[in-house]
Parts: sequence; C-alpha cells; structure tokens
Amino acid sequence: MIDITIDGEVVQVVSGSTLLDACRLIGKDQPTLCYLETLSPVNVCRVCVVELEGSRTLVPSCSRMAESGMVVQTDSERVRHSRKVVLEFLASSVDLSLAGSEVRDWLDQYEARPDRFGPRAAPTGDRDRRHAGHHHRTTGSVAETVQQSIKIDNPLYVRDYSRCILCYKCVEACGEDAQNTFAIAVAGRGFDARISTEFDVALPESACVYCGNCIGVCPTGALMFRSEHELRQAEMWEEERQTVTRTICSYCGVGCNLDLHVQDNRIEKVTSPQDHDVTSGHLCIKGRFGYEYVQELGDLATTPIDEVLARARQH
Amino acid sequence: MAAEPTPAERAVITRSIPESETVEVLGRVVHGGHDARQQRHLLLPALAAVQSEIGWVSPGALNEICRRLLVPPAEAYGVATFYALISIEERPPLVAHVCDDIACRQSGGNEILSALGDRLDVITSPCLGQCDQCPVVLMQRAGQDDFVITAATSADVAAALNGAESATTPSHVEGGRLLKRVGQVDPGSLAQYRREGGYQALARAFELGAAAVIEEVKMSGLMGRGGAAFPTGIKWEAVAREPAPRYLVCNADESEPGTFKDRVLMEGDPFSVLESMTIAGFATGSSRGYIYIRGEYPLAFHRLETAIAACQANGLLGGDILGSGFDFDIEIRKGQGAYICGEETALFNSIEGFRGEPRQKPPFPVQVGLFGRPTAINNVETLANVPLIVLEGGAAFGAIGTPDSTGTRLFCLSGDVVRPGVYEVASGVTLRNVIDLAGGIEGDLTSILLGGAAGSFIGPEHLDLRLTFEDARAAGVSLGSGVIMVFNSTRDMKDLVRRVARFFRDESCGQCVPCRVGTARVEEAVARANGSIEASLIDELDRAMKDASICGLGHTAAAVVRSAIGLGVLGESR
Amino acid sequence: MILLWGSNARAAHPIFFHHVLRGIHNGARMYCIDPRRSESARWADVWLGIDVGSDIALANAMGKVIIDRGLHNDQFIRHATTGFDDYVQMVNDYPLGRATEITGIPGGAIEEMAIAYATAETAQICWTLGITEHHNATDNVLALINLALLTGHVGRYGSGLCPLRGQNNVQGGGDMGAIPNKLPGFQDVENDELRARVEGIWGRSIPPKRGWHLTQMFEAMEAGMLRGLYVIGENPAESEADVNHARKLLDHLDFMVVQDIFMTRTAERADVVLPSAADWCESEGTVTSSERRVQRVRKALDPPGEARTDLDIVSHMAEAMGGGWGRPSAEEAWDELRRVSPMHAGMAYRRLDALGGIQWPCWNEDHPGEKFIHHRLWADPLVGDPVPFIPTEWVTPVDRLTQDYPYRLTTGRHLDGFNTGVQSGGFDSPIRIGGTLDLSSEDAVRLGVNDGDVVRVSSRRASIDVPARVDEGLREGLVFMTLHYPETADVNQLTIEAWDPKSGTAEFKATAVRLEKVGA
Repeated sequence: MIDITIDGEVVQVVSGSTLLDACRLIGKDQPTLCYLETLSPVNVCRVCVVELEGSRTLVPSCSRMAESGMVVQTDSERVRHSRKVVLEFLASSVDLSLAGSEVRDWLDQYEARPDRFGPRAAPTGDRDRRHAGHHHRTTGSVAETVQQSIKIDNPLYVRDYSRCILCYKCVEACGEDAQNTFAIAVAGRGFDARISTEFDVALPESACVYCGNCIGVCPTGALMFRSEHELRQAEMWEEERQTVTRTICSYCGVGCNLDLHVQDNRIEKVTSPQDHDVTSGHLCIKGRFGYEYVQELGDLATTPIDEVLARARQH
Repeated sequence: MAAEPTPAERAVITRSIPESETVEVLGRVVHGGHDARQQRHLLLPALAAVQSEIGWVSPGALNEICRRLLVPPAEAYGVATFYALISIEERPPLVAHVCDDIACRQSGGNEILSALGDRLDVITSPCLGQCDQCPVVLMQRAGQDDFVITAATSADVAAALNGAESATTPSHVEGGRLLKRVGQVDPGSLAQYRREGGYQALARAFELGAAAVIEEVKMSGLMGRGGAAFPTGIKWEAVAREPAPRYLVCNADESEPGTFKDRVLMEGDPFSVLESMTIAGFATGSSRGYIYIRGEYPLAFHRLETAIAACQANGLLGGDILGSGFDFDIEIRKGQGAYICGEETALFNSIEGFRGEPRQKPPFPVQVGLFGRPTAINNVETLANVPLIVLEGGAAFGAIGTPDSTGTRLFCLSGDVVRPGVYEVASGVTLRNVIDLAGGIEGDLTSILLGGAAGSFIGPEHLDLRLTFEDARAAGVSLGSGVIMVFNSTRDMKDLVRRVARFFRDESCGQCVPCRVGTARVEEAVARANGSIEASLIDELDRAMKDASICGLGHTAAAVVRSAIGLGVLGESR
Repeated sequence: MILLWGSNARAAHPIFFHHVLRGIHNGARMYCIDPRRSESARWADVWLGIDVGSDIALANAMGKVIIDRGLHNDQFIRHATTGFDDYVQMVNDYPLGRATEITGIPGGAIEEMAIAYATAETAQICWTLGITEHHNATDNVLALINLALLTGHVGRYGSGLCPLRGQNNVQGGGDMGAIPNKLPGFQDVENDELRARVEGIWGRSIPPKRGWHLTQMFEAMEAGMLRGLYVIGENPAESEADVNHARKLLDHLDFMVVQDIFMTRTAERADVVLPSAADWCESEGTVTSSERRVQRVRKALDPPGEARTDLDIVSHMAEAMGGGWGRPSAEEAWDELRRVSPMHAGMAYRRLDALGGIQWPCWNEDHPGEKFIHHRLWADPLVGDPVPFIPTEWVTPVDRLTQDYPYRLTTGRHLDGFNTGVQSGGFDSPIRIGGTLDLSSEDAVRLGVNDGDVVRVSSRRASIDVPARVDEGLREGLVFMTLHYPETADVNQLTIEAWDPKSGTAEFKATAVRLEKVGA
C-alpha cells in the first residue's frame, strides 16, 4: 500500500494505482474526457490535471502513478485555471452540445468563458486536405473552430467531426485496445489534426467493419449511430422515454452483453456494458446492428421470410 | 479495390524495405505475426524513400508500403500527413521550400515569395537552419538529392526550379575546441580525422572502462546543449543501470528557429559525431545508436552517411571495435519536416514509425525510451564535448567556463550582426562579447531573440548578461539552443512575433488540447493586436499552456510572445 | 500460446478474438491451422494451410514429434491418463513425411508447431466447425484432446481446450438436456439412479433409453419410422447438408409443427406454425456461453402479433396434452432446473445479475463458479477417473476429389452473416458481399473468370450458379462459400449429408465440386 495526500487528506492506495484512482477512492472524481477504464490512457485532454508538489508542471491524474509521499492538490488556483482554459479551448473550437451533461457542469464550475476568443469562425470544407506545417493566415477577428460538414457515407454511422475533441478514444477502440481494425487514425498536425481514414476515403472504402466500438466510446456525439442521428434530426430522440434492457447477443457463443435502448417498442441503439469482462463495452457488427429483424416489420409469424427481409433492408 | 503502386513506386519500395512476412510454401505456410509486425520502424524511411524518388506518396504507394510492413493504411496515412516534407498529393518533381521564418523573412525570404509565391512548386518553410546566410531555400527534388540554396535570390530559385544546381556555402565558424576541425579537415576523410587526433578518445575510453568514462563525464559538469541543460553524466549513469538492450540516440533534429550549430558540426566534422556516439554507446552499454537528423539538412545527412560507411569499413563501427570486444553500430534516420520531433520522446515515436507525438513523462527515456528500452539521448553539440572530456579528463574540462556552466558553448549568431556564424566561447562571456566577436551590430539594436523561438525576445539592457545557465536563469531567460538573433530598428518586430506565433501553430503536434488550441488562440490574439495587445489574455493562456501541456513545445509556445509584449513591440498591454 | 485450429474466430467470434488479440499483444504466439489464410490467420505467427479433412494426421504427427523428442509430460501422463502406450503405437504411423503427404504442410512447420506447443508454459487449443463439421468430427476432437493430455496443457489456468460455440446457447441447450442421451446437467438418461432422482423431482417417469439426434431423425424419416416433427427455432429446410434431400423428407412427414419467430422455409412446410417471441429480446431466461457462463436474457420488446414466449407455448402445449405444470415464470422454471442439475444449483437469478453471469459448475450459492475445469487432473491424489488417450486414425473426407470433381469446397461464415441469414439478413450491412464462390487467383485465371463472373458449381448432388470472387487467402484447388445466402447461393444443395455417427454432425466442410464459367 502507498500513502499519498490529496487536498490534505491522507489516502492509502494499492501500488499501481493512478492519482485518479486515488481521488476516486475518497469520492473526489476528477473531470476526464479522453480517459476510459477500458482504454490505455493517452493523456491528451488535460482536464484531469492536478497539482503535484515538486512537479514543475501540473500532471494528468488519469495516468500518473501514485508514489509514496506524493502531495496532490485537485482544486488549487493553478488547477482551476488550467482546467478553465482547457475547457474554454474546447468549447470555443468544438461543438459540445451533445457531450455529456457533466461537461456543461464543468464549464460552469470552472467559470469558463469560451466566447472571449471572439466570434466563432465559419465552417470550412478543407480540414481533411490541410498540409502539415501550413495553415491559412488569420486576422484574429474570429476564433478558429473545427466546424465542418457532417460525414454520412454509410447506412450505419454518421461522423460529425465538428463535435470532435480529438480524445483518441475512437482510434484506440478501433485499434489495439479492442477491435484491432485500425480503420481510422489521427492524421494531420496541430489544430488541423483530425480523425481520418487513409486518404479520407469514405468508410465503405476503408477497413471499417462497423463494430460501432468507436461510437461506443465517443464522449461528444461526434460519432453516432445513424438511427439515433435521424431520430435527433426529426426531434424524436427522447432519452427519457427510453428503456435500457440488458440481454445476451444471439449471434455466437461468446456471451456478449447487450444493452438494448428501446423507444416505442423499437430498438434504437445497442451498447454493451464497459464493466463486463466479456466485452469491455465492445461488440461486433452483428451484436451492434443485427437487430432489425425483431423490429416491427409486420406480422413475422405470417409474412413470408423474403418479404420480411426485404422490408428490413428498406428500413 | 485498393489502389496499386506504379512499377516505379513498387521498385522504390522493394529497394527500401523487405517483405515482413515470409512465405515458406505458397498457400501452405506463412510466417508472420510478432516478428513481421516488428518492421514498423521502417515506415518513415519507406515513406521518405517514395517521397524522395517519386515526389509524392500516392495511395498505391502507401498501400504497398503498408502491405509489406503490416501497417494499417489509416495509420500510415496519419504518419505521412504528420510531416511537412511528405506530400500525399501529386505535385511537381522540383519544389522550392522558401524560408520565411524570423531570420529570413525580412532578409530576402519575403521578396522571393512575393516574386514566386504563386507557383505551385514554391512553398513557404519554417527555419532551414542556415540563418547566417539568409535567405535560404531548400530544393526538394524527386529522383535527385535535395540541396539548399543560401543567400538565395528569386532568380536562383527560378533557375533551380528549372533544374540548375548550386553549391552550398559553408557557414562562418570561429572556435578552438568543438570547432577545431570544422573547415580545416576534409569531412570525407577518415584518415585525416584520425591524423588530427580522431579516435584517440575512443581508445582512451576503452582503456578507462565504461564506469570510469561516466565518472569523468559527471566530473566534467557537462550539461545538455539542446535546451534542457540536463547533466549528461547523470543521464548516462541512469541508463547504464537499467537492463539491456539499451539505445543511444543522437538528437540531430536541429529545428529550433535560429539554430545551426549542430549542422555545422555534422557537415564539418562528421567523424567526431560518430566517435562521440561510440564513446557514449560504450559508456552506457548500448549496442546500437541512432542519429535522427532533420530532413532539411541534405549535406549533413550525406556526410554522416559517408562517414558511417567509412567507419564500418574500418572496424570503427560494427563488431569488436578496435579490438575492444565492444559491438556498436549506428543507423541514421531522417526527419521529414516536424519541429516537434526534436522533442526526445516524439523523436522516439518518429523512429518507431508512429506520429511524432511526445509521450507523457514519467517514465523518462532513461528507463522507457526508444522501442520501450532504456535510452540515452543527447544533442549533437553535447556529444561533441565527450571526446574532449575523455582525453583531458573531467576535472580539466570542468575548469573551463564557470563552475555551474562548464566547457565551451556554441552560439548561433544571425540577424543584424556583421559576421553571422557559429561562435564557440567559454561559458561566462557576455552577450555583448559574443556579438562583438561577430563584428558587432549592424544598425541600432532593438531586440535580440535569445535561445530560439522557445526562448525569448530581450532588449538592449541584457547585453551584459553572462552566457551561463545560472545567469540566464536568474534573468528569467533561457540560452536554449544557443540562438542569438539580433534585430535592429529597421525590423518590423510585430511581423516577427506573428511569425513565431504562426510557427508554433504550425508545429504543434496537435495531441494535447492546451497546445493544439492554445497555439491557435495565441496566434489569433497576436494577429488582432492593433496598437494594443491583450496581455492579460496571453498571460492566462501562457500559464495554462505551461502547466497543462504535455511537452516543451506547449510549455514555451506563448512565452516568447509574452517576452515581446514585455518589450512593447505589440503595442500597449491591455 | 494459442493453437487456433479450424476456426476463423476473427469473423465468427469477433469478441472472443478481441481477447485473443489482447493475448497476442501481451506476447502470446499463435499458430493457425486452416485451409484458408483467413482474417484470423493473418494475425498468426505461423499459418499452416492444411488440406481439408486431414487434421487427425496433423495432430498425430505432432504427437509423434513431441514423443520422439521427449517433450511429452511424462509425469502428467502417468498421473492422470490411461492408454498412452496405444497412443504411442498409433502415432508411430504418422512420421512427418507421411503427414506432409496427407496434410500438404511441410514437415518443418509441423515440427516447429509441435515443439512450440509442447514447450509453451501455457497453451490453448481453440477450435470451431473446421474440426467438427466432418464425418469424423468426434475423432478430430479426440486427436486434439490427445495432444493436450500428452503435454499436460489442460486443467491449468491458461492451458486448455476451447471449442467455440456458434450460437448463444449451443452450450446451454446441451446443459439443459436438449441432447438425446442426457438429462439436464449432463446426467446420463440411461443411468437408472440419476434418472430416478430427476423423476422424483418432476413427478413423472422418463423414457429410459436415449433418443435420436438430428441426423438420426432424418434417417428415421427416410426409413418411415419418424412421421411427426415438432421443430423449435431450427430451420432444417435450409441448414441441413444435402438440403434438397432433407426438404423432401420434411415434405413427406404426416405432421409437422414449427415454432419460430419467422415464417422460415421449414415453417412454410408445417401443418401448424406457432409464432414465438425472440428469445434474446422478447422473453426472459438464461443462455450459456462457450466459456460455460450462464447469463440472463431479458425482455426488452413486446413480441409482435400473437407471438408468445417459448416457455408459454410449451406450457400451454403441456396443458393441452394433459400434463400441465401451470404457467411458471422463467425464474421459476430456472429454479426447478437448479434442483434437477447439481452443477447449476448455486445460480440464483440474483447471483447471475450481481456477478454478470456464473461459469458452471456452481454447486451452491456460496460457490463463485469455475474459470476453468478439469483441474482435478492435477490434484494429488487424482480426483475421479484418469482420462483415456483415445487413438484416432485419419480417414479421408467422404466426398472424394476426382477428375470430375477436382475442387475442394469448404464453408464458413462472414463477419456480418449468421447461419442461413434469416436474422443477419435483416440489417443493411455496408460490408455485405453476398453469396459468392471464392477461389484462388490461380484458379480464377485457369477458369477465365474475374470477380463477379458467374460460375456453375456442381457437386455429386446438385449444381448452383454463383458469382465468383478471388480471395488471396485461398490456394489452388480450394474454394469457399458461406451459408448465409440460401436464396442466391444455396451451398447446402451441394454439401454431403455424410455424418459423424458419434455427434450427428454432417460433413459441411468437405465437398468435392466442379467449376465451370457460365456463358463461356
């Protein structure tokens, strides 16, 4: 066991714990955006930074290992200031309107004023073609954003990178931390860095296998199931009316847990619990999308199968 | 259907990288897996080879590289688009990268760009590391070696774009220790290097033994010359304590605007770089060394490559060097246009075939470095001191300079001085002394950029600053990589500060939020400064970027702007 | 170390393969034995492209290498097994030269894999239908078990034998006694003592003789001994090998009831169709995964129309037949099962919820379940009976390759497909490529076909026309189809109904075919 001090309180943690683990142990959860228990920490969002005595800079609590005798402040002026500015950076450059409500709470809590960088720049259409080391000259009259048009190039996903905070979670879930398909990666550099397939090809031309695991980990709604997107567009997405029921996928013998999100007796979204050790929240295309056949497609028991399938595909 | 390479592309790729998987009997046995996936470190060399031979990296070429190295195309694309010198769009076979960075832009760079800047084959470039001979243009040529035009005119560039070649003029250097042989010996001759005392230090190191070499280096007080000023002996000792395999990396990605001293050493005395690395490798117990050199240094790259071949042919690299029983070899890796790869952990990622994104520390490179192994990484100039220490002893070395800043240092003088160049002085002389060595200031001094873009603008009141780590620290400035760029009253300082802000916005890797967005917001604030500047806003951004960024780029990106605000060059603070 | 044998888990068991990949990233080495260089094989350290149906020869040759080099686990063999001497004698007939001749794999690769397996600290053999859809399926499995016994790679954490189940409750069906010779919990129906105990709980007598398995049922139909059929959630009119023959037999039944969520081709043939609720989202219950983990399925949707849950239908049926047991809830039915099956005794719903499922055996409510089984083999003294080596000889697939039928057709799954496509066909998959005849580029050149050209695939039973698709993972002479698209590429018209007498599985994996370009 290791003793550390957090905000004056002595905490005992097991060796191998992070500062975030230690904070959580005493009920002081820290804000995080790029951190997820099931993925390797990438330390990039920097909203979880804390002040560590003896360290020149703040340290990311999500990945910094606790060492005996560490003295940590989670709410010092320096911590509050950095978190405030980081949240302002994100809120001024990214559309956070579909991020979890906790993000809006943090913006309030840290008194972030994202508007102070000026009016938001108009959307641009060239973000996927920007060359490293070269960018448009700015007059500084508007604050640059990642605003761009939404990518809809397949029946199952939409990608709205105006909402992307570049937390790398989707890349990790598509890559070594889960799916190992590597259909997407971070491309470009600096403010022009973006999530991309090779040469920005549409998903159907990429290696994507539509497991939806990127969507499962996206914290801001940049990646979304098309079913959810369309309901939202039609202003028919009503989370408060939905039920979430846990069951087991029927498509193979692995026993993946599915959480079925149901609205009006229709499955509108399928997720998997991150804290279950069979899936760690990850599924395959069948578990994620293979439910259409139980949607209301007429009386299945009396309709010839070919008609049912045809209807399902049209849907 | 995945894009296929052209025959020419396939030929380049076949030459530059092996097949990772081996087929034992077609359709029956394939050996792949872990061993095959270990070829990823060849990704950047493969992309660079295609860029260099073909002039751009097409989807077909990328796919073929990926197929051979088992790297997913999206990842390879992410790597390719990280680097400014790699184009993923077809472009002319001859491209001029015209430096419009702080030293060049007001010394001819902008004129070239206004004459030729509309051409598709003319693009702007950050500092090319020849600030003593402005303006500078890098000619990137498909199928031929790249070269640099110094003191270029638009006519030179137009001619070069038509195929003309021109020789690079060597930099002016003055100095008796590190620069002793630069300009005096044939950089291609191992024999001459040895006649001039080369490889005596290595022999002596073998006599002393590894532990004793580290002791001498510790005693010498040598501190890193790349900007971070970490004690070299302590670093080596830490690496030597860790389990093998260990690596030794020479950081030759000299990209700090205004810096060109390492280039001068590599071009003028390449064997000393190799000898120094071999001693460092011996001391730390590393069996392999890497030189990571920026892609904008074609001549230095060529000279090092030639020198490595000569050493390998003469038993100075490879197995059982000089009969000592010590095995060591050096591989040279070329950067592709990314300032951030000078950051040590970004450099490791770059060598390993990933995007040059810095890693969160700890763990430090001495424990988890290149390929996840203990790694000693030193800057070229730092390493160049090592043979001197071994030969004269750590104590004698430590007697030079001040007790806290031992030895001599190389300073890169550029801008409005009479004789720009590299000057070697004992630590402790003043800024004024060094500028005087360069013939003094041309015109009326308004400010000096000290330490590079990651350093600060200082005013004439600092001319008597002693150039030591401790004096710089006390004055709240940094010597950084030894940049002393002098500006007289004819210079548009606001334009220069904007350029620095643009530089950081361009060179941020984009990984962490404070730096990715912060560099853009700082640039915007500087751009809209019109008679007055939002100083408190910049202060706030600077504090958050210093505190919350992953690496030194974010930590320092706003500092130089703050220093300029302090000098009043951006107008009134508000 | 992982031996992935006759399995394309990357496509068929994607989330299991996530775990394999985690192991690989942690340094585990994988050998993949598969006629095709599949998506899974591309992650292997070594892929061995075996001839279809020669697995026993490969396993036996590995056994011989291991014994010849003294790499077998002598102590374990003496402690926990019987029949080693017979095994030694049998594998002596499989020197590398002969194995290469049968399997097509170079001896060096066999030797390397054998040594790697025997010397690995921990090793798993994972297999799927590439092993079991053969006329000698059980022998295939036994040959693999022999390797595990030989090296002691069984009954230890990280070492074992891992058959991957193709559906969410294949394991559960067997566990619950839905096999001809077992009562719930694998209690032998022909064991009087066990049967009597269950009869006591159920208050009914149970027929003392084992029943028929699926293939035997079709034989019985053919012989006129089986005249009526109650089909629950199966689609034999599409899933059986030599499906035209199977359809004929179904059509000749006196009476057939089909209980299904769809009007399947089997249901279309039924006298009575009982519309049922989808088990995984419209009703309550449990399923058991490949790793013996019992987990709950729950009702998220109201079933359509008049559809009812299987439990409800069966309960009504029982009542109508005069043997009613009321209308138990799913949990009540489960609690009865827990009384009948000792290995499920501890699995209260409450515990299944809290623990995210429990792996059997779970003897009581304090028992956490078992991560792995067979650890008794390492107990000293041994608990229970020693395990026999069962020597197995290689025989060729039934459907021989000849000049008239020179290509070997094998079958498998696509990532986005499932069985006959009834469920997976319902969603719009961007990666769906449909039913194709996959072949090597060499054979494509020989036949003069490009991707999309239609080829006629003929077996000794039928001919079908399907578009061709070149797959670099196939070698000359080997072609592949999936079973997901019976409406356009009805591969089971081609497959042979030859089946394994011990398991009842048909030889879907090895069909001899002829190929012709259509319209050439």
